[in-house]
Amino acid sequence: QKLAAMVNPAFVVMDKKTTYKDATSYNNFYEFGTDKADPAETAGSLKTRPWTITIEGEVKKPITLDIDSLLKLAPLEERVYRLRCVEGWSMVIPWIGYSLSNLLKKVEPTGNARFVEFISLADKRQMPGVNSRVLQWPYTEGLRMDEAMHPLSLLALGMYGEVLPNQNGAPVRLVVPWKYGFKSAKSIVKIRLTKDQPRTSWNLSAPDEYGFYSNVNPEVDHPRWSQASERRIGEDGFLSRKRKTLMFNGYSEVASLYSGMDLRKNY
Amino acid sequence: MKSLSNRQLQLLKLVVFVLAALPFLRLVYAVAQDNLGANPLEFITRNTGDWTLYFLCITLAVTPLRKLLSWHWLIRLRRMLGLYSFFYASLHFLTFLWFDHFFDISDMWRDIIKRPFITVGFIAFILLLPLAITSNNAMIRRLGGKQWQLLHRLIYLIVPLGVLHYFWMKAGKNLLLQPLIFAVIVGGLLSVRLYWRLQSKSTIT
Repeated sequence: QKLAAMVNPAFVVMDKKTTYKDATSYNNFYEFGTDKADPAETAGSLKTRPWTITIEGEVKKPITLDIDSLLKLAPLEERVYRLRCVEGWSMVIPWIGYSLSNLLKKVEPTGNARFVEFISLADKRQMPGVNSRVLQWPYTEGLRMDEAMHPLSLLALGMYGEVLPNQNGAPVRLVVPWKYGFKSAKSIVKIRLTKDQPRTSWNLSAPDEYGFYSNVNPEVDHPRWSQASERRIGEDGFLSRKRKTLMFNGYSEVASLYSGMDLRKNY
Repeated sequence: MKSLSNRQLQLLKLVVFVLAALPFLRLVYAVAQDNLGANPLEFITRNTGDWTLYFLCITLAVTPLRKLLSWHWLIRLRRMLGLYSFFYASLHFLTFLWFDHFFDISDMWRDIIKRPFITVGFIAFILLLPLAITSNNAMIRRLGGKQWQLLHRLIYLIVPLGVLHYFWMKAGKNLLLQPLIFAVIVGGLLSVRLYWRLQSKSTIT
């Protein structure tokens, strides 16, 4: 299903785009199984309409929106972002959506709103993986308020000129390109603005491996592998060396968000 | 089935040789067809690692099966199965050395010392080397049966290390079912040996 959007040249990287086939057949979306091929096979059972998303917590105007109102909330832009998975591979994906700040401004955050929590759908009937105990369900992610308000933080409703395929987090997901991919929650049903830092699924599961910030950082290794380099899916073939991973995945404009912070401690 | 003629045994060896090569041939075919999914190197690494563990388990199963079923000819297949374990382990290691580190030995070495799951896997592979080198009649003669057998008991250390390597690799993602299955199988194959050993001791005294 096509989704029209205007290219926003301010948010387009020049890297070669990953093929649609690779981007839709190699996914981490544990609600549909832990194998990378699982989501493409089993996500067909997800019903993306009707769908509502509730924004609540430290806000003056809590709201529940359906997908059609979400699609009309702000002009849809196409942005081409690098995506770096914590596992050491990367893709380049043309997303469709708008800055998350558009949505957050609408609900008028109170002075207490310091963090944003994202909660994904966890419905056993539609998502076979939710029966397994690999993670604590529902999948929960979080950002600091200033990270969430950064124009790069994208609320995505589509990719490659179409609405989001189910296996990529339909109907609405987050894309935070300077952080490892798991920070970008998929199939979101609730957004809560909070005073305290929210607990996040991967951090609960393995706190020494997945920190709250999880910014892409070539200097801070994952305990079980190096993060200094990455393999670009579809491009870095057998005989090419892995490419060097860039600080903040190359999005150096976010560096000021972390000035004065020890990124080794706040990994 | 209790005993096989030489001709039958030769035929059986040939069949097992071909069957054991199939996972490798399938991999070569899939590489040629570019049919390994979006991340071919991840696929190759995992596939060769899986087959190493499968063959190690099969090799460890030879003696218990031979005793339980009295299929004494099974012992004649053990060397080939052990060498196939080494073959798949070598492919697994080569993938790591070549495509993860591009033959940069110091780079690889840093990786090995830094990450416990790689340390363990590397030790298991290194310990396999003397076993592979001595898997021929000339070496058995040179070492003498007793020494040779002692050396080859290293396998009781190597296989648990291999399972630990797999377990640790999966641990951070909480995907413990498959390593657990391997642990149960290997645990069973080793405890049955221990049990027999204790029994034979008690009957002697």
